[in-house]
Amino acid sequence: MKPVAFDYARPASVREACAMLADDADARILAGGQSLIPMLAMRLARPSRLVDIARIPELSHIEDAGTHLAVGAATRQAIAERDPLVARKAPLLAKALPWVGHAPTRNRGTVGGSIANGDPAAEIPLVAVTLEATLVVATTQGTRELAAAAFHLGPMLTALPEGGVLTAVRFPVWTGERIGTGFQEVAARRSDFALAAAAAQVALDGQGRCIALAVGIGGACATPVRLDAAGAALIGRPLEEAAVREAVEAATAGLETLRDHHASAAYRRRVAATLARRAILEARDEAAAGGGLNARLAGGQHARLAGGQHAR
Amino acid sequence: MRVWPEASMRVWPEASMRVELAVNGRSIAVEVEPRTTLLGCIRDDVGLKGAHAGCEHGVCGACTILLDGEPVRSCLMLAVQADGHAITTIEGLSPGPGELSVLQDAFCETHGLQCGYCTPGMILAAHALLARTLTPTRADIVEAISANLCRCTGYGQIVEAIALAAERLRAANKGPGG
Repeated sequence: MKPVAFDYARPASVREACAMLADDADARILAGGQSLIPMLAMRLARPSRLVDIARIPELSHIEDAGTHLAVGAATRQAIAERDPLVARKAPLLAKALPWVGHAPTRNRGTVGGSIANGDPAAEIPLVAVTLEATLVVATTQGTRELAAAAFHLGPMLTALPEGGVLTAVRFPVWTGERIGTGFQEVAARRSDFALAAAAAQVALDGQGRCIALAVGIGGACATPVRLDAAGAALIGRPLEEAAVREAVEAATAGLETLRDHHASAAYRRRVAATLARRAILEARDEAAAGGGLNARLAGGQHARLAGGQHAR
Repeated sequence: MRVWPEASMRVWPEASMRVELAVNGRSIAVEVEPRTTLLGCIRDDVGLKGAHAGCEHGVCGACTILLDGEPVRSCLMLAVQADGHAITTIEGLSPGPGELSVLQDAFCETHGLQCGYCTPGMILAAHALLARTLTPTRADIVEAISANLCRCTGYGQIVEAIALAAERLRAANKGPGG
């Protein structure tokens, strides 16, 4: 057996989970385990107790709440990926999910777990930051709401309070006929961690002018970053390639990007800017065609292949 | 899936915990330490050696099993997490003693394996695909086995094997389970 020994607890409610976490400072939450269990196997994590929240009924749900789509933190990624409500109300999340790990890890991995894990290369946190999602956190003191951008502090470092449980993610719902999304990623291998990724959601008016734009990059910096300056520069304009290129390059020029054995900081900045431009243009084209839902339903599981080839 | 009653507040100490599994259609209860992976439990407690221990940290896919019909990495689950779930291992695919499933047979015929270490995981991943569709495109097949590493074949014959099995099952008007 590779992990160190630990206690295992299976609370029936969020309230019980908070009590169990408050009771033991070295306890950790286990949801899908797709990031934690490798850490246990390598003994990089040595918890005294695992609090398994996967079976808590209130944590697995997908609900249309009008202005936002609420996704329970322990909702499995594979469930969200196939959910028609996610496709309709949070199309950017639907487009990003096939890029998360691979099918067997998505069958166990959870939407909230990916956010709470705080990996800067992860796709779900990128979508949450890009769309300005709200995270709901419970502790023994009650619940509070945090902005996704304020939640991610650094690589594997989040603002989740001690003993806190992320219970739900609220993705804002955009209304309108002409909404499109784009998701682009470059990784060394299929399903591998993103060297850089970009997500964009665009709304166009009847004349093809941009009336709303959310764009963010992941993998490039210590946390996912929303490119607000690019959004502000492009509002009210028809999203021509040259203008998009200029806006994205200006918005990424000052960013402090990561460097490691796989990619230099300059490479990551350049690739992130390129992917952000492509994501915006992909979203624009989808919005101009009357929204992406029909295309996605027709394209089904090939969406990912097409995206991968496009990114290269 | 079983849901524990409200206010159960269960904590199992490191000593052991009783886990009930339905393995290849047979109900079985085992006593495991919480840190036991599902892979370790299947191999050492249940005694089925078909799920292979490769990297044991979620990279290679050799330990792939079906949990309630969906492929998962058994090294990335604790046995206690699988409590109450149905597990299918490679041993569960054979239609009878000494027989091979259509998919297993296709792997033999197209030389879809050499050393055989990745094979149980590949076949289970493919089985789940064919349970979903008997008309997979090449892209569907490649996607379905993209989480499984093979260091011998170069994947070409594995893709061929799955396409051949799909064709035979279509012709026979059967699912991958026969």
